[in-house]
Amino acid sequence: MENKEVIIEVKDLVKSFDDRKVLDGVNLKVHKGETLVIMGGSGCGKSTLLRHMTGAYKPDSGSTFIKGKDITKMKESEFDNIRKIFGMVFQYSALYDSMDVEENISLVLKEHTKLAKDIISIMVKMKLELVGLRGFEKFLPSQISGGMRRRVGLARAIAMDPEIVFYDEPTAGLDPIVAGVIDRLILDLSKKLHITSIVVTHDMRSAFTIADRIIMLYEGKIIAEGTPDEIKSGKDPRLVQFVEGNPDGPIQFFQNSGEYLEELTK
Amino acid sequence: MLGMISGIGSIVLSTLSQVGGIFILFGQTLYWMFIGPFIGKAASRKNIFAQMVFTGANSLLIVFFVSFFTGIVLAMQSAYQLAQLGAEMYVASLVAVSMARELGPVLTALVVAGRVGAAITAELGSMKVTEQIEALQTQALNPVRYLVVPRFLALLVMLPCLTIFSDLMGMLGGYVMGVFNIGINSGMYIDITIDFLTLKDIYTGLIKSVFFGMIIALIGCYMGLNTSGGAEGVGRATTVSVVTSFIMVILADCILTGIFFFSQM
Repeated sequence: MENKEVIIEVKDLVKSFDDRKVLDGVNLKVHKGETLVIMGGSGCGKSTLLRHMTGAYKPDSGSTFIKGKDITKMKESEFDNIRKIFGMVFQYSALYDSMDVEENISLVLKEHTKLAKDIISIMVKMKLELVGLRGFEKFLPSQISGGMRRRVGLARAIAMDPEIVFYDEPTAGLDPIVAGVIDRLILDLSKKLHITSIVVTHDMRSAFTIADRIIMLYEGKIIAEGTPDEIKSGKDPRLVQFVEGNPDGPIQFFQNSGEYLEELTK
Repeated sequence: MLGMISGIGSIVLSTLSQVGGIFILFGQTLYWMFIGPFIGKAASRKNIFAQMVFTGANSLLIVFFVSFFTGIVLAMQSAYQLAQLGAEMYVASLVAVSMARELGPVLTALVVAGRVGAAITAELGSMKVTEQIEALQTQALNPVRYLVVPRFLALLVMLPCLTIFSDLMGMLGGYVMGVFNIGINSGMYIDITIDFLTLKDIYTGLIKSVFFGMIIALIGCYMGLNTSGGAEGVGRATTVSVVTSFIMVILADCILTGIFFFSQM
């Protein structure tokens, strides 16, 4: 892994919302072709970290490099060229409601390439075949199920044959079988098309299935990093608690501040 | 006391930042309208026409009803006054001039703000809260170019068109009342209308409607793109958008009428 090309690098990333520090000095390298899973509890900053890599958020300090270029100091027009090499799968699919499945996938091809209409239509069919939804071109997002929407979202993310795909909780809210289908699709895509995948999830089963490498985020910091086996045998009590899903442990579920009795008798 | 002052301060600050945001959006819209086509990134023609149909053609019926009945009411109210002077036939000029200068543009703008402005905010707002706006950005598709410019252009072109239609329908309402009820001779009604109506009456009304169109589009898009807080947030943004548009349309009407009045146009 050491001698592989670094495609994304995050350096000393710090981000606060209001007074709450969400990311507190995150350092991270993603190698070309690997599947990196970022896991952690709700509110630990994993989605925020992902959005710094896609450029949706600007950091308070620190920087993100994609293919060696600092995207935090880039002009919008320059960054648009970088955006064309990555795709993103959203937590709730975020398909364009007013367009059918085919238009959802082809929009980016129509806007950024000069391909003829019939070529684009063939490409859409190929992407839909990859996610097992050929024949659903003319359906609207509201007419298909949640799992199908997620798969269309995946097809849309790979429409431009990206080098990097970001997944924001790709299996959240799906039944175990559909979640398994999504996992297999992610695996297939990274193996067949050699796509670098960055997956944010708190679904442990999914994380251990697809990951080459896992990092765990807690209170804005990376507390563990390693292959799935290393993570499973990790000794950090916070990591053990998270992997086992234990309600008692160093990570406190209750986030109350102040003295309980004091507040009651105020 | 201190709480009140800081409360007022925070309201002023948030209002100023919203006004600033609307002007920034205006600048970006102009950029994508005029510079965009030359760098090969024009707004899609299909979207512009779809928005024009929704904004213009689909508003015809409601604009017809509002203007036609307003014309009838205007004719009745002015006939009541003019009868005391024995000058009922001037109902024609009164209806025509007040429709063209004032009521046509303003009523159309208010109707369109309620119908189209609300729809724009609700649509963009729900796109925002379901991450569709972020999806557009991730695909290197600028939301201003892709969503705002077509709506802005559609309102800019269709609101003056609807205003012309509204002027005509108001005059038709006045004609129906004047000829069939008050008893003015049909030919005379039309003659007086044409004699008294000058070109400037019409174009000042149209200039107003161009400004109203920009106001409705910018406020509607800005409120939509800055929605937060789920379904409830979309509802709140839509209400704020319509109320703000109404106030701004009337305020702009007041300012523009003042300018036309004092510059003797």
